[in-house]
Amino acid sequence: MLEGSEVTTVEWLIAPLRYPFMVRALVASTLVGGLSAVVGTFVVLRSMTFLGDAIAHSVLPGIAAGVLVSGRGDRRTLFWWALGTAVLVTLGIGWVHERGRVREDAAIGIVFAGMFALGIALLSTVRGFSVDLVHILFGNVLAVSSSDLVLIAGFGGGVLLILGAFYREFVLVSFDPILGATLRLPVRLYRYALLVLTAVTVVVSLQVVGLALMLAMLVAPPSTALLLTRRVPATMAIAALCGVVSGLVGLYLSFYFSVASGAAIVLVAIGLFLLALLVTRRRVVFARLRTR
Amino acid sequence: MRPRLARPSSGGAFEKGGTLEACSQSPLKQEPCRTGPTGKEPVHEPGSPAICARGLTLHYDKRTALEDVSFDVPAGAHVAVVGPNGAGKSTLLKAVAGLLPWTQGTLRVYGHEPRDHLCIAYVPQRAAVDWRFPVTVLDVVLMGRVHRRGPLRRMTRRDRALAEAAVQWVGLGPQAGRQIAELSGGEQQKMFLARALSQEAELVLLDEPLAGIDASSEVEILDLLDRLSGTTLLVALHDLGIAAKHFSLALLVRGRLLGFGAPEDVFTPENLQSAYGECLKMVRTADGTLVVQDTPCSRGAR
Repeated sequence: MLEGSEVTTVEWLIAPLRYPFMVRALVASTLVGGLSAVVGTFVVLRSMTFLGDAIAHSVLPGIAAGVLVSGRGDRRTLFWWALGTAVLVTLGIGWVHERGRVREDAAIGIVFAGMFALGIALLSTVRGFSVDLVHILFGNVLAVSSSDLVLIAGFGGGVLLILGAFYREFVLVSFDPILGATLRLPVRLYRYALLVLTAVTVVVSLQVVGLALMLAMLVAPPSTALLLTRRVPATMAIAALCGVVSGLVGLYLSFYFSVASGAAIVLVAIGLFLLALLVTRRRVVFARLRTR
Repeated sequence: MRPRLARPSSGGAFEKGGTLEACSQSPLKQEPCRTGPTGKEPVHEPGSPAICARGLTLHYDKRTALEDVSFDVPAGAHVAVVGPNGAGKSTLLKAVAGLLPWTQGTLRVYGHEPRDHLCIAYVPQRAAVDWRFPVTVLDVVLMGRVHRRGPLRRMTRRDRALAEAAVQWVGLGPQAGRQIAELSGGEQQKMFLARALSQEAELVLLDEPLAGIDASSEVEILDLLDRLSGTTLLVALHDLGIAAKHFSLALLVRGRLLGFGAPEDVFTPENLQSAYGECLKMVRTADGTLVVQDTPCSRGAR
């Protein structure tokens, strides 16, 4: 009986791997889940959640411009357009904020809504683009190609390398930028670098979860980790693990229950957060009872 | 008996007419503090004051925060910067830390531009920090060593030893591994003091270090500051009594410099009236202690 159930479980796990598109999708989900969780740790620690959402939405006009310029446009072309737009918009938001004439959240809101509207307006001029728009908004991980995987791995690896190399500096300027300034560190450069790394992460993750759900992948795993640990390295490690698990489990759920893959991945990430919230809440209640 | 810093004989240079000599300028461009063979030698130009300000004018938020301020702080002096809210205390500290540019005048720290210095520690007001950040006390103190290493280089044993010694010195040894949100207000302030020590700072600037902390922590922090002999301190305070009792020099500001020198010379009825209006006065008790009497109107004046 036991042996039979083990075989069933193994079969359940192996069955999707018989399809090459599922293997690619699993690799992509794992990479994106881990990457966005690590970068998202800084997004959450610096209270830039709204900015992460704005960056995700602001790539739409770039994609639209790519479509208009290159006809229907292949995904590689659209990727570069999205990347360029995301970086530009990110630097623009940072610049508007530094000028100090507009409140940061208002500046982000204006750029976010404005760029998203511009993207939809541009795309609405392209006939028959509605299906592609749905994929951009909600992702289509099952359509990830081998060259997409190379892009995700290349850019993701680059982002992680930079974060690793300047880890101490990024943590310091996130925690206390004034200390960074008195230590004569290039605080502005690090701040912009973090924004650009977030933008790159958003763009390489678009294919998996789509821009509408990207925010959840940036925010949910680090928020889960922050409930469980009190150190930045541990937060990153647990967040990465949550991101990877969300990617894998979400994709299996998508395969077996015919749910949209991006939505399934995000729901698993949110489920892990709720589970951590429940566990830590119980821990707090038990601790209170013990002290009485 | 706590060791007290002897009042510097040449200190307290302050003249309303701005007749002080110009600030000396060291030929060194970048000042690497204490980087001699043992890592302990101060390499500043001998005899240069810790802080030299001449005709300093600062703008903050498009208004003049401080105007035509001139003073010399001798190395090793402990200076209380006092004045009502909005008097320009924090602005002055930020300028000395090299965080704010000034509009006119000259400002030198040990003979150099403040922004060239690595040996200035600035402790912000506690409200400026996100206390939920997932770092421990030792993590924060080690941040004071980051600029000594640079990217890709690991912290050395000396970095760790310095940070741990600083944590022990301020009395936070048992709390070294605790998350910063678990600390009391006084402990948080001590942690920042430990970070300043791990920076090997020769000039420590503290912005309202006693704000919002309990009386016993206040005594402990003042005791720690008293023990920092050899380190120049510039501390923004509200309590004139503490300034008079614990600091060798006082710098009274309200948009301009109203007085600089020994506290008893600065806290004169005329100066206090200029700073606070009619709302505050100092009373000398039988044992010679200066006590501040804060009348209700001062709250409105502040």
